[in-house]
Amino acid sequence: MEKNVALIALFAALIAVLALIPKITLGFGVPITAQSLGIMLAGAVLGSKRGALAVLLFLLLVAVGLPLLAGGRGGLGVFFGPTGGFLFSWPLAAWLTGFIVEKWRSVPLGASVFVGAILGGIVLSYAMGIVGLSLALGKSLIESTSLMLVFIPGDMIKALIVAALTVSLSRARPSSVLSRH
Amino acid sequence: MISLSSPVKTAAHDWPAGLKLAALCVATVGLFYIESPLILAGVVTAILIAYTLPGRAFLRAGLAALKLLWPFIVIVAIWQAVIGELVQGAVIVMRMVSAVALANLVSMTTRLSDMIAVVRWLTTPLRRFGLSTAALEIAIALVIRMVPVLTNKGGRLTESWRARATRRPSWRLVLPFTLLALDDADHVGDALRARGGLTSERET
Repeated sequence: MEKNVALIALFAALIAVLALIPKITLGFGVPITAQSLGIMLAGAVLGSKRGALAVLLFLLLVAVGLPLLAGGRGGLGVFFGPTGGFLFSWPLAAWLTGFIVEKWRSVPLGASVFVGAILGGIVLSYAMGIVGLSLALGKSLIESTSLMLVFIPGDMIKALIVAALTVSLSRARPSSVLSRH
Repeated sequence: MISLSSPVKTAAHDWPAGLKLAALCVATVGLFYIESPLILAGVVTAILIAYTLPGRAFLRAGLAALKLLWPFIVIVAIWQAVIGELVQGAVIVMRMVSAVALANLVSMTTRLSDMIAVVRWLTTPLRRFGLSTAALEIAIALVIRMVPVLTNKGGRLTESWRARATRRPSWRLVLPFTLLALDDADHVGDALRARGGLTSERET
């Protein structure tokens, strides 16, 4: 119990601190931040349930007014803004990533984390994010999707990084990757 | 850690936080039913007046929080200009700005402690069913404490990278950083248990 609470809280703090890593700008001018990497990592390392709880705790603290999102943003406004759908998707994204890593054990850890991060952190997250965007901007779903396409290569890279990180973590601390225990 | 609530104290700081949040929910849903650009312009003006009343420092902090909307305003403006429906574009932009500005106004006029009191009140039904919400409360406190601790550790990792490498620190730092966080979680878990743990309430 205490161990789980500590892990969930520490990962929520980790997601917040990852926002401080300076953003990398891809060749064609699209910035990527490490924060959504933290969402995928929470699911991949903590597993579905604890990963989702860590993300929920993080979002709760953003909602009550702490500036924990990338760029020092926070408060209730971000949830009602055009990108709010992405925030609402994050707990589910972490859950799905963790769920796939937990259930799909016949492949190497790295492969299941990569697929989990793609399905949770990209497919599910963009689906909800794009619905939110189309509501806020009054555009159709296809039009909103076209606005978001440029960000997908960056997120593919993040899914690869998360897979590599999880494999390294399982080597450095075999007991730390709870999704496989 | 600095909360986003405004340093300028306003009368709205003393209004019940739960009431402000409920009003915000109703107002945001209501915004989507307003189709008239004139009424929306009135709403935007009213919100702007609310931002101006507490003084210049408050207005500046409030407008800074709305900066994230600029790229979207530009996208909508160009889009609507191309398809030639500028009135509809104005409605979309005003609705978006009002929704975010209202939510931001509630954040700015509500203290962190009042917000956490609302969270505590919202979880009351859980306690009725005999579930302990002590874990949630300790977790909130832990995150608020651990963010600066981890920031500090991340800073030291970056420094040691710079001392050894000529290249800029990269995502490779995330691995040792995550290991540090996992080790901290171990220690914090042990410390919580040593201080009586989180389940003692239920046992007694």
